[in-house]
Amino acid sequence: MATHEVTFPVMDERAILELRAGDEVVVQGHIIGLRDRTQIRIFDQGVEPPMDLRGAFLLHTAPNVRKVGEGRYEKLCIGTTTSARMVRFTEPLGARYGVRAICGKGGFPDEAIEPMRRHGMVYFAIVGGAAALETTQIEEIEEVAWEELMPECLWKFRVRDFGPLTVGIDAHGTSLYHDVNEEAKKRLEGILARL
Amino acid sequence: MSATATSNRLQEAVLEAAAYLYVWALKDIPQDLRDALADAAERETSVAGQRVLSTILKNVQVAEDESNLVCQDTGIAVYTCRVGEHFPLHPARIYEALRDGTARATLEHPLRSNAVHTITRENTGPNIGHRLPIVHWEFVPDWGGLDVKCVPKGSGSENMSFLKMCIPADGVKGIKQFVLESIVGAGGKPCPPGIVGVGIGGSADYAMYLAKEAIARPVGTRNPDPEVGKLEEELFTLLNETGIGPMGLGGDVTVLQCHVEHADTHMTLNPVAVNYQCWAARRASAHVAADGTIEFDREA
Ligand code: SF4
Repeated sequence: MATHEVTFPVMDERAILELRAGDEVVVQGHIIGLRDRTQIRIFDQGVEPPMDLRGAFLLHTAPNVRKVGEGRYEKLCIGTTTSARMVRFTEPLGARYGVRAICGKGGFPDEAIEPMRRHGMVYFAIVGGAAALETTQIEEIEEVAWEELMPECLWKFRVRDFGPLTVGIDAHGTSLYHDVNEEAKKRLEGILARL
Repeated sequence: MSATATSNRLQEAVLEAAAYLYVWALKDIPQDLRDALADAAERETSVAGQRVLSTILKNVQVAEDESNLVCQDTGIAVYTCRVGEHFPLHPARIYEALRDGTARATLEHPLRSNAVHTITRENTGPNIGHRLPIVHWEFVPDWGGLDVKCVPKGSGSENMSFLKMCIPADGVKGIKQFVLESIVGAGGKPCPPGIVGVGIGGSADYAMYLAKEAIARPVGTRNPDPEVGKLEEELFTLLNETGIGPMGLGGDVTVLQCHVEHADTHMTLNPVAVNYQCWAARRASAHVAADGTIEFDREA
């Protein structure tokens, strides 16, 4: 399994196609934080996001921050939330906005595999709950939009050595979650037969 | 000192203990859990699993060095209280103190407040609300002290809670099957590897209560009933054979432990409840003496 360093936003699709399920990735550059309500506003209420999402890395988060001025925030504790609730946004994020990576905890169900393959996207697994470490890897909160949705705003973070992440679903149709689950179900059958 | 002055002072002591415990639990996880995580990192052979476990260990260290929260989810505050018969503060006041302590910790730190009305979803206060925090009570005869344990419970793992009213004919096999199926179904969502709490017997509500008690035990302690202890061992082994692995990415370590608590039940009942506790299995304890002295305890 390979190790990669990727800087976001990614404008060249090849950088995404190189990543295979199980690979380790460390991320540099800029990432965008958002959660349920942010995406509900974009897709269910049809409001255009005031940030460019092309080539973006999206992180499922609702950060803990302190306000230090007009539209300016300081990080306190930034962690990651469960992704599965937000899987339905994968297709439009890829098709309409050209998002390249979605990162969260717990994985996406199988319905994400096809949109990710079609639009050249990957799902990165972060270690859920490892917020103390994650916070140190976020250098600065550079921008925030839709403050009225606090803490589920659109956040732009500058990161350094963000990770290590694991490619959970790649752009070639392989999902570690699918494979692990299939294998676990098979093993479970064997275990139950022995009980 | 008058009786009211004594109980006011004692109520303030319990409040202080609660406020301290909530923050302490969120920042500094107990040694038994650290040992279990380090042991898991040694046992794990999958590459992704090792990556997850070493990141977890690093994170625990960073939380300590930076005095930050181990995990961003401050959870709902759950307390378990053992109240001595002669402890000179009524449980009604103990509850008040726990609630006020939770609020004080949330506002002063400050901590994220997660408490919302269950229908309107409006925030109800600094991690308090109607029937929040949640307190489990046990009353101890011939004793004058109070033990308080704070277990902040995150939603990722709490959402992975399951109940089944097995029938007596399903026997222990039915219990094992349900626990195994629940954990395979949960996959990576509850931030594995954690502690699987299982409650068996009693009634539907009591089985779940027992499952929550089970996750609050120090990691790897065994139920003193040898039959139940045996079930814990067996489930621990079988759960790790499923291969779900750390964060559901596949591997040898799916759970750090399995704890089972039981109650006797009706002859035609066989309830089994599963409550998952993630790797950030936070808990912190204090003993409060009748004179208000507080002693904090990492081990309990
Ligand atoms: S399940 Fe536990 S470790 Fe994971 S995010 Fe929630 S509280 Fe944190």
